[in-house]
Amino acid sequence: MQEILEVIFNINTFSAAIRISVPLVFAAIGGVFSERAGIINLGLEGMLLTGAFAGVLGSYLTSNPYIGILFAIMAGAFIGFIFALFTIKFEANHVVAGVGLNILMLGITTWLMQILWGSRGTSVNVTGLGEITIPILSSIPILGKLFGSHNILVYVMFIIVIFSWIILFKTPFGLRLRVVGENQEAADTLGIKLRKIQYTSLIFSGVLCGLGGAYLSLGQLNWFSMNMSAGRGYMALAANIFGGWNPLGAFGASYLFAYTDALQMRMQALNLNVPNEIIQMIPYILTILVLAGAMIRSRPPAGLGKHYKTNR
Amino acid sequence: MKRFWKQGIEFEMIKIFKKYENSIYSFTAILLAFLVGSILIHLSGFSVIKAYSALFDGAFGNVFNLTQTLMNTIPLIFTGLAVAIGFKSGLFNIGGEGQMYLGAFATAIATIYLSFLPVYILIPLVLIIGGLAGSAWGFVPGYLKAKTGAHEVVTTIMMNYIGILITSYLLLKYFKEEGPIPQTALIPESARLPELVEYSRLTWAIFIAVFVIIIIDIFFKRTELGYKIQTVGENRSAAEYAGINSNKMMVLSMMISGFVAGLAGSTIVMGVLHRFITNFSPGYGFTGIAVAVLGKNKPWGVLFAAILFGALQTGGITMQLFAKIPMDLIVIIQGLVILFVAAPILIKKLLRK
Repeated sequence: MQEILEVIFNINTFSAAIRISVPLVFAAIGGVFSERAGIINLGLEGMLLTGAFAGVLGSYLTSNPYIGILFAIMAGAFIGFIFALFTIKFEANHVVAGVGLNILMLGITTWLMQILWGSRGTSVNVTGLGEITIPILSSIPILGKLFGSHNILVYVMFIIVIFSWIILFKTPFGLRLRVVGENQEAADTLGIKLRKIQYTSLIFSGVLCGLGGAYLSLGQLNWFSMNMSAGRGYMALAANIFGGWNPLGAFGASYLFAYTDALQMRMQALNLNVPNEIIQMIPYILTILVLAGAMIRSRPPAGLGKHYKTNR
Repeated sequence: MKRFWKQGIEFEMIKIFKKYENSIYSFTAILLAFLVGSILIHLSGFSVIKAYSALFDGAFGNVFNLTQTLMNTIPLIFTGLAVAIGFKSGLFNIGGEGQMYLGAFATAIATIYLSFLPVYILIPLVLIIGGLAGSAWGFVPGYLKAKTGAHEVVTTIMMNYIGILITSYLLLKYFKEEGPIPQTALIPESARLPELVEYSRLTWAIFIAVFVIIIIDIFFKRTELGYKIQTVGENRSAAEYAGINSNKMMVLSMMISGFVAGLAGSTIVMGVLHRFITNFSPGYGFTGIAVAVLGKNKPWGVLFAAILFGALQTGGITMQLFAKIPMDLIVIIQGLVILFVAAPILIKKLLRK
């Protein structure tokens, strides 16, 4: 018992959770932007996977992981645009299109991996992102351990969390975006450039997933592997809901998921009498419980999942 | 009276046209998916003709290949039907994979304990047990959706992971056969479904699948319960207004859906593998989504879509083996079909040009 408590409150668990949370946080905020614009985004999973692949591809071609990040951003933006095209212009059912996109991107990334690197399991090793140590912060006892030394995407994540909260709740664009998600018709009547806002938020959503994906492949490992996102996109969507369609909430929820995941991994290492399969289930069970709990108290944007024809 | 007839005929004609129109869209969507696929094949430096002819040959080239296509069609009929049943009540059940694992596991274990029963009781009984296990797995997301509104796509995905882990745990802990492979012992001879063609592993399961299609078709067309479920799917508030308990209908449809997905697992164990093996599925549960979407959630539509994807699954192996073209092309085509079928406006625009 004492061993378990030690793991639960160990600073290393909290620090590992920050690392694990990064792709979830990016994707969850991507989910916030797209759902606030009225579009259910199950495509987060496929977008993450695309980002992970594009990141490795960029680093493979140029040996520069930062170019890899750029690739991931561009690929994410492109997929975000395609998803917007299908859900807005072609009026596809959001949920079906999202799942279709995920299956498509799983196929395409696995296919390209075999064409480029000849293996179906993992890609070749590429240059990953190095750690950046922040001078003064890293020498402070607890904070240093938590925030002192990470790769660039972790710091970008913290900036994005705050930045996107400001955009969403403190700028005219954010206000318009939220109006669109509540009621497209009303937004249209008010003269808001409905389509422009929806496309922008979905492309931004794709960019964020691109960054999250790049972290998965270039930040945590130095390679891409088949179906590397492994359901994180769906968890991120749950985190977005649990976080009340708010970037700060999405961050908190993602961190909670990441923390249980970190705990799960450390508990496996302890050789407790609990079988590994049961321990591995914890994050999935938690996602279900959290989602069920969250839905009771919060309300999604009223216009979520609806199609609306504008005359403009 | 004459006018009445005339109107009737016009109405029938419009109905036929509508029916036709849908098939044209679906057909165009498939064509478009293959077209995009061929661009990808070409850009990757392969011969498109070689790829598609290997694919076709592998699926239909000779009797054996044909039996393998049908063998792969069977689980897709079940998982496709499962997704379609969920859709009827407005729910998107992508937990077919997990429900199938539960069904397969329950059937494999049940045969061990029930092998003393005569065949004509044993086989239906273990099928039902497999179905019920899948049904239990479908109940959880259905109940949570009804009670709390938790989105079923997320919960069913999570249930997939949990289902695969829990069967693997139970197998390793209690039922693992001696040896390096994580699998149960072979199920008794009496619980195995007879083969239609020798050494093909194509069994009587195909008739069970068609039988289930008929039952589900009748269920939605002729029974009150089926009608109620569809009403909930079409318009939940209208259904509530008409006095239908929509929560109950959603839970029920998820349970029926899970039952049918469970049968996919049971028939694989009884017809193909003759045991439960961890990670046995090449993603039948997920392909079921494409099957249901392409089949427009209609039971007979599911049959045709399942044959198409069963053929792709089978042909894909040949394509990879002989033309050295990665069989993930099949997954790409699946994704494209789902996207294109989901967006009829795109197809309409293309056809108009």
